[in-house]
Amino acid sequence: MTSQRTLIAALLIVLALVAPLVAYPVFLMTALCFALFACAFNLLLGYAGLMSFGHAMFFGMGGYFFGYVVKTMGLAPEIGLLAGVGGAALLGLVTGALAIRRQGIYFAMITLAFAQMVYFICVQAPFTGGEDGLQGIPRRALLGGLLPIDSDRTLYYVVLVLFLFGFGLIYRVIHSPFGQVLKAIRDNEQRAVSLGYEADRYKLLAFVLSASLAGLAGSMKALVLQFATLTDVSAGVSGEVVLMALVGGLGTIFGPVIGAFIIVAMQNYLAFTGEFVLVIQGAIFVVIVMAFRKGLLGEFSDWWKRRRAG
Amino acid sequence: MADATTKDPLLKVEELQAWYGESHILHGVGFEIGRGELVTLLGRNGVGKTTTLRSIMGIVGKRSGSVRFEGQETVGRPSNIIARLGIAYCPEERGIFSSLNVEENLMLPPAVKPGGMSVEEIYTLFPNLKERRRSQGTKLSGGEQQMLAIGRILRTGANLLMLDEPTEGLAPVIVQRIGEIIRQLKQRGFTILLVEQNFHFAATVADRHYVMEDGRVVDMIVAADVEKNVGKLQAYLGV
Amino acid sequence: MLDIFSIPLPALFGQLLLGLINGAFYAMLSLGLAVIFGMLNVINFTHGAQYMLGAFAAWLLLTNLSIPFWASLVLAPLIVGLFGVLIERLLLKRIYHLDHLYGFLLTFGLSLVIEGLFQWKWGSSGAPYPSPIAGGYNLGFMFLPAYRGFVVLAALVVCLATWYGIERTRLGAYLRAATENPTLVQAFGINVPRLITLTYGLGVGLAALAGVLAAPIQQVSALMGTNLVLVVFAVVVIGGMGSIMGSIVTGFGLGLIEGFTKVVYPPASNTVIFVVMAIVLLVKPAGLFGQTK
Repeated sequence: MTSQRTLIAALLIVLALVAPLVAYPVFLMTALCFALFACAFNLLLGYAGLMSFGHAMFFGMGGYFFGYVVKTMGLAPEIGLLAGVGGAALLGLVTGALAIRRQGIYFAMITLAFAQMVYFICVQAPFTGGEDGLQGIPRRALLGGLLPIDSDRTLYYVVLVLFLFGFGLIYRVIHSPFGQVLKAIRDNEQRAVSLGYEADRYKLLAFVLSASLAGLAGSMKALVLQFATLTDVSAGVSGEVVLMALVGGLGTIFGPVIGAFIIVAMQNYLAFTGEFVLVIQGAIFVVIVMAFRKGLLGEFSDWWKRRRAG
Repeated sequence: MADATTKDPLLKVEELQAWYGESHILHGVGFEIGRGELVTLLGRNGVGKTTTLRSIMGIVGKRSGSVRFEGQETVGRPSNIIARLGIAYCPEERGIFSSLNVEENLMLPPAVKPGGMSVEEIYTLFPNLKERRRSQGTKLSGGEQQMLAIGRILRTGANLLMLDEPTEGLAPVIVQRIGEIIRQLKQRGFTILLVEQNFHFAATVADRHYVMEDGRVVDMIVAADVEKNVGKLQAYLGV
Repeated sequence: MLDIFSIPLPALFGQLLLGLINGAFYAMLSLGLAVIFGMLNVINFTHGAQYMLGAFAAWLLLTNLSIPFWASLVLAPLIVGLFGVLIERLLLKRIYHLDHLYGFLLTFGLSLVIEGLFQWKWGSSGAPYPSPIAGGYNLGFMFLPAYRGFVVLAALVVCLATWYGIERTRLGAYLRAATENPTLVQAFGINVPRLITLTYGLGVGLAALAGVLAAPIQQVSALMGTNLVLVVFAVVVIGGMGSIMGSIVTGFGLGLIEGFTKVVYPPASNTVIFVVMAIVLLVKPAGLFGQTK
């Protein structure tokens, strides 16, 4: 079983390394950014049972922080990434501390409302560039000038490393004692509390962690596409990340990655239909909730188990 | 088992099985009640008495077998239709609604048949309820809540009343009062199916007793034979 | 007294009136959300889209069939309410046994479909709807456009009628009881599934009615309900969903606060409700009128 897993992991890494030879690097990079974003969201919903419906605020703000530091302040991209992560973490700390005071569906509504507040602030605040956003964020060389990233292919590997770092972190967290406690809280909060765990602290920490990684994903996207706009802080993107995790399979490790690639590809190929993309996205939501609640990976592993058992 | 079956039972239960999710609770319950009879279901905790009432009412997860009320099969029909046939249920937890006041609680169940008691008659039977008719339902004392729970099903015209442990947790004087009321209701012609833990209470009001064990009815004792079966009953009930 | 802020009175009252109008919509929408949540255990994300459908229905009835505003006031909520009944019967009904989140996701998906279709067909720029009452009154300290005064009054009447219907009638008693214990209410002979469908239809109809009232004030557009529903979520968190009167008071109150902020510090006017929400979460997490369960 373990060797099988190692094999699959090795295969995936090889696939990731050769991918830019067959697919557009910008598409791959965008998909990886959303994949990390979806994994960060899934850490919270799938393993802590908290559904944030406002995760775009961390993703979008990560992009703005990155853009502001790199473009307006003229600093190195590394500092921009740190600013994106740190800013999102701080925002996560404030909104998370308030949101975890309610549970279940209220938690979703509260995060959604805070995200909307952040959106309205971004529309007005001078540092976001308002409706225009931050355009033309320069791709300065990394590592103090040693690693130029003008070429999309080079940048792809940088983005891949950042993604693997974030993904690995999530993997470690899920399999750590901390992750076990989170799952215990998700399954039965009262019992976890009666066992002496301060559930709120664990939830807040998970929230901040998830927000930081969403911020990293947003910064990466700004690094790749060289702009940060209002779209990425909007409720639409908050919904998209839910959809990605849902399509792939909530609470599965690879599901959100698969979901992100599918949704990003769908948006690329259906961009010509304009607003109709929204209709299709909405229809996917409806179909998944009605019929495939475990998502692609969840349904597949069920099918696989049944096949092996039968 | 003494044979006390009636020619034309009001309620006839045969081979009733019931499940809550995966757990199989009733394994073929059978008994019947004649018109105007007062019958109890006795048994230890967890033998399926409450589930039997809920199955007759149609509010368990899944059930099979046969429950005929006035000759009509009710298994497979939704609980609102079963209620409309003339069966009324007073649950163990009493089910008083906290967002309704006493009068609203009393008026909640719709009339299903003609011939129900009038509100004035119910207030005469339970004077406390009239005094407190504007209070929030759940602000009443336990005894008053029990009276409200019984009172509200008398208005509807239902002729079979199913009462689940109406004396549970109440003071002796209230238990006595409820005993009087149940006897009065029987005199008025109501057919009553009573679930009781308190055998001494049950013995004072019932015509017959069915004994349940492990999701089945295992014995039936008519009121007149209770004296000579005390030992057997004690064994059944584990008292 | 207001001179210290050096705010001209007409501007203040003008904004407060606008706030009151917004508050009227918040109240009507949060009322519907609360009633639906009580019965269905579903947070109806489609509420904003259904508000938009109300406005659109009125606009389509007017432009295609020349049906006037006053008839649309009845017809549009009826049409949209029936559409809601269809959604409940076909979709929502099948997911009541699941976690609340699924209802939220399903209705979110539905709102994307509905709003996307309308945006695709009619674009996102709005169409004007002529005001059915022209003119206005000079109140001395401000000018009151007659239609706006009517909207506030109409919303108030609708809200109070809803409150009366739920708190003082027999049907309302069924509704309250079924919110607490649907199984027992059904065992009393009441068709609870039908009651649930009816509740959803009524809640949706209320949203559509708000949409019809809004049509002459705002532009009729596919996305007119998108942001509104998010604000209404905050209103619901602030008020708590336990009390009908609470929803009404919170809705109108927050509208006024928003209007007042527009005078005192305009940039904060569209975030002030969320700030209030943050404060309420700190002070009384269950909401102003909510009970902790």
